[in-house]
Amino acid sequence: MMRTTYLLLKYTAILIWSSFVVLPFLWALTTSFKTAHGITSGATYIPWLQYEPSLEGWKVLVRTGGAGINIVQPYISSMVVTVGASLISLALGTLAAYGLSRFTYRLGFIKNSDIRFFFISQRIMPPIVLAIPFFLMLQYFGLLDSIIGLIIVYIALLLPIATWVMVDFFNNILREIDEMATIDGCNPIGAFFRVILPNSLPGIVVAGLFCLIFGWNDFFFAFILTFTKTQLLPVAVVALNSSVTPWWSLSASALVSVAPLVIIAFVVERFLSSGNMAGAIR
Amino acid sequence: MLKYKHFFLLPGLIVLVAIIIFPLLFTIRVSFSSWDVVKPGLDWLGGKNYERLFVDLRFWEALFKLSLMAAGSVLIQYLIGFSLALLVWRDVIMKRFIRVLFLVPMMTTPVIMTVIWRTILHESLGPANDIVRMFGFEHLTWLSTSGMAMFSVILVEVWQWTPFMFLLLLAGLLSLPKEPYMAAAIDGAGPLRTFFSVTFPLMAPISAGAILIRLIEASKMMETVYVLTSGGPGTATETASYYIYIRGLRDYQIGYAASLSFTYLIVMIISLTIIAKVMTRKIIRD
Repeated sequence: MMRTTYLLLKYTAILIWSSFVVLPFLWALTTSFKTAHGITSGATYIPWLQYEPSLEGWKVLVRTGGAGINIVQPYISSMVVTVGASLISLALGTLAAYGLSRFTYRLGFIKNSDIRFFFISQRIMPPIVLAIPFFLMLQYFGLLDSIIGLIIVYIALLLPIATWVMVDFFNNILREIDEMATIDGCNPIGAFFRVILPNSLPGIVVAGLFCLIFGWNDFFFAFILTFTKTQLLPVAVVALNSSVTPWWSLSASALVSVAPLVIIAFVVERFLSSGNMAGAIR
Repeated sequence: MLKYKHFFLLPGLIVLVAIIIFPLLFTIRVSFSSWDVVKPGLDWLGGKNYERLFVDLRFWEALFKLSLMAAGSVLIQYLIGFSLALLVWRDVIMKRFIRVLFLVPMMTTPVIMTVIWRTILHESLGPANDIVRMFGFEHLTWLSTSGMAMFSVILVEVWQWTPFMFLLLLAGLLSLPKEPYMAAAIDGAGPLRTFFSVTFPLMAPISAGAILIRLIEASKMMETVYVLTSGGPGTATETASYYIYIRGLRDYQIGYAASLSFTYLIVMIISLTIIAKVMTRKIIRD
């Protein structure tokens, strides 16, 4: 009897939270098929029954010219910036993490653990503190409103994350592998590229996914450092939020923007549920 | 050997110093100048900006509102996240599906989901008031009165970031040792007793870590506020970051904004360090 009550309460709680989680997605989905009439008549949910569905919200996403809001260009820019910054951060982060995990560095009183903390602690830095110098510096180099400028800025965001994940990863893989490679006559750099790197693929994939998520999701730097020439996806979607909002295209573009992330969520769950995350925060 | 090891660390370190530490030093220098829209450039103003921010009530109020919203949302995230982790820890139907579902919000773009939340919370056209009415309550002023606006910001933050708590706490639960539970079972402890004298103490270090990470992230809060309320009504939900953004990049008072942001960073580091110290001391004592 107690057990049945417990199970009932448990699944009720799970159901309530799940409904809360999916609410914005379902609302966006149904809103994306509405027209002005379906929105101004108050909250409606079921197509055909409560409102007449239309594909207008989805069509304007790829239309160019006056009536269109074309998010194809921002989509491509977002991909280029995110992937570019992720690859560079991943390369630098993997190298630095390998160094920190295998060699001893010393500069006065600064030791390995201090350098490691220095990398990770950059996550504490509020973006607004860097916003002003970034703005002035990109202006100075003529890189405001450009893809290159954004990639440079995003490295500041992603490098600490990549290093953090990779240090943890290298600390957990066997040191015997690099010792064997060194005995076989490789120097440390050769050993790293020929033996360590191919064996580190799982860690690199995870670090890469984290970089992609954080890069794709950033809004603030893209918002303050671009104006007209370059536009990233989150900025394009939020721009639809102003004045008289066309909720249908807003919803459709929001769904298109977060779709890749939902797919990544499935991949990340597989990794995270294996318990690796608990080690990372200690 | 010296050459080899530097090949690994130096590129990353140099880049990090160049794009984070150098800009930070620049901010500190600018904070002692009167750089603004009329007279851009690095002059020397001394501590005038800091004298001004010391009596700038709007800044201190923004810091206060930030700590209120950050602490409130992180606490709720912890309570819900822990409960959810406990619920799906052992056996649950459709395990993987439920876990992915619970993770999805933290993966999706915060500003974009906040835009959707804004349409949900729309007072006459959104479903939020529809649901409230379905339960027989009066309709709520989600974004237009100060108390409710703050609540709405917390609501969206909770939606977005409870998954992160859930994730860390679930990973923690999965890595707990089995023996204390057997001992508790032998002693005949009920589920509540077991939770308070076994699970909770064992989870204390992970709880502290998860809360701290979330507090760090929450204290940077600004995008949710910008999209949802633009700091309003009035300045009711204005956070420190948002106020600095208004002063610096909208009013273009670069020098003053730089002094604000440096002060903000220092306040943040000091208070987070104190919180971390207090939490670890409490855990060690217990």
